Amino acid sequence: MAALAPFLWLCLFFLFPFLLVAKLSLSDTALAIPPYTPRIDWSAGIAGLKTFFAGLDFETYARLTTDRLYVAAYLSSLKFAAISTGILLLLGYPLAYAMARCTPAVRQALLMAMILPFWTSFLIRVYALIGILKPEGLLNAALGFVGLGPVNVLNTETAIYIGLVYAYLPFMVLPLYAVLERQQHDLLEAAADLGCTPFQAFWRVTFPLSLPGVAAGALLCFIPMVGEFVIPDLLGGSSTLMLGKTIWTEFFANRDWPAASAVAIVLLFTLVVPIVLYQRQQAKLMEAGR
Amino acid sequence: MTERSRPRLNIGAVRSTFAPWADPAATPLVRFENVVKRFDGETAVDGVSLDIYQGEFFALLGPSGCGKTTLMRLLAGFETPDSGRVTLAGEDLAGKPPHRRPVNMMFQSYALFPHLSVERNIAFGLKQQGMAKDEIASRVAEMLALVRLDGLARRKPHQLSGGQRQRVALARAIAPRPKMLLLDEPLAALDKKLREETQFELMALQQQLGMTFLIVTHDQEEAMVTADRIAVMRAGQIVQIGRPADVYEAPNSRYVADFIGDVNIFEGTAQFADGTTVRMASAEAPGGFDVIEDDLLEVGATAWLAVRPEKIEVHLDEPPPGPNRMAGKIEDIGYLGDWTTYLVELESGRTIRAARANAKRFVDRPVDWDDKVWLTFARDAGVVLTQ
Repeated sequence: MAALAPFLWLCLFFLFPFLLVAKLSLSDTALAIPPYTPRIDWSAGIAGLKTFFAGLDFETYARLTTDRLYVAAYLSSLKFAAISTGILLLLGYPLAYAMARCTPAVRQALLMAMILPFWTSFLIRVYALIGILKPEGLLNAALGFVGLGPVNVLNTETAIYIGLVYAYLPFMVLPLYAVLERQQHDLLEAAADLGCTPFQAFWRVTFPLSLPGVAAGALLCFIPMVGEFVIPDLLGGSSTLMLGKTIWTEFFANRDWPAASAVAIVLLFTLVVPIVLYQRQQAKLMEAGR
Repeated sequence: MTERSRPRLNIGAVRSTFAPWADPAATPLVRFENVVKRFDGETAVDGVSLDIYQGEFFALLGPSGCGKTTLMRLLAGFETPDSGRVTLAGEDLAGKPPHRRPVNMMFQSYALFPHLSVERNIAFGLKQQGMAKDEIASRVAEMLALVRLDGLARRKPHQLSGGQRQRVALARAIAPRPKMLLLDEPLAALDKKLREETQFELMALQQQLGMTFLIVTHDQEEAMVTADRIAVMRAGQIVQIGRPADVYEAPNSRYVADFIGDVNIFEGTAQFADGTTVRMASAEAPGGFDVIEDDLLEVGATAWLAVRPEKIEVHLDEPPPGPNRMAGKIEDIGYLGDWTTYLVELESGRTIRAARANAKRFVDRPVDWDDKVWLTFARDAGVVLTQ
């Protein structure tokens, strides 16, 4: 019975909502509010079920492929997520490396500094970013102080990248830190002993051994960034095309629930591949016991 | 260190023709000169001077914390000496980073690269030397055959047994043909049987390659079996350097006598010494001790006599009175199969260890618990120690 509990929990909070959204995505488009056809006519029994399934179609999905807006939003989301993941790797790796190599006292302080912002509301932090990036904000004040600027960052793609990188940095750094910190120091000594300079030892030993962390960090950032809504909405301005925003617009502005559901389902299936990859990576790490 | 010249010393398994250290014209491969290394004020290596010669199998032996590993790491380049000099083949190693030193180390943890297969682990150093691909392949194959790992080339380290990993570590360290191989407790992680086998394999390998091996160990048996010479270390200093039989049969201090093998140490006062014999009075033996010893001792000076258990005979019948004779009672018997160890309580209350090889399967009257026994040993069985 106890073993069934998580299963029931998943059914209730994951499978059921998923089926609801899946059904919606296959329904006919209609303005305003539910119910959306087809509906199950319980009184007709089996025949009612048959009519119900016959009424489901992929019409909405077909519309997604023909309307350039959806394709553009989809590609744009992938682009934002991919580039941000790249920037996060470039920033996060040296940070994680430094954390793994410094003295325990400094390491504790750095870890704390990394985690501390999480105790503040995410929204507040994004609003703080607006305060920094807006035309008359802190950034331009600082630039003006040294005789530069002003720059217009808010409501541009740059602002979205800044926001994404800022918000997801810990998710990149922590898995990287975990693998780097576990690495045996004697492996580097062995590499040096066998003729590697510290730089060569990094590329031949440290980096390949940290790849599971790179994969985990990249997927951990990439997956939620594709569907990110708040950051592009608040920092990117009205013209930003991203899936998260598209879904929101379809639901709340256009009231086209089937279209929003279809976009969500497409997003979900796009992310199934990296999610499965991530799960396998984690399983492998667990198996290796390291 | 005093070099003792005992003409009758049984030099055991030592290669009697190989003794470059005794040749004043020979130049050492490695030379430590007054090397000092401190860590946070703790002196790990305290003024060590040591010569190791080409082709030698040299052992640094001592308890943990005696500085033996630090000494090896100074040679590998992982530590830099605070003062003193380390030279290799005449070249001062100061300022030379580990990757530019022609020595390779086999780590106690093996430190195999977990992401690389066996063959790529072995090829690691060769690649770093810029060796051609086909040459690497043939060298790796040669190494795999040498350590009997053919067929496991594509395994990853975690798919190997402890013994196999040990061989990979060994092959990886010797593959670049270093001037010297450093072995840091190479057999510590193996079980007893495998360890004994591997000791002999290491010796055979060293002979075959003609390479100089430096082994660090706390296991005296490992050092005795494998090494041409042993340096016994204590608190950052070398207490004695010698062939295994030298340090066993002619230790220069109570510390060495006690560290290597079992020993009974009797305290006494010198009554007479003429350069061939020393006579000592002792509370342990009514007849005193009579020992062949060329050291001159001052009359009245305190000295210690060290006698190994296997050199003490156990008698059930009372031998004629005289020196080197003690009476006691069997307190405990340890039967090891090949050997039997007797713990004998002397009349003075001291417990003495005597050992006897079980050369025969049957004896008329075995020594039993609580038997009254007499212990004797020959005049050349013990060593007189003054420190």
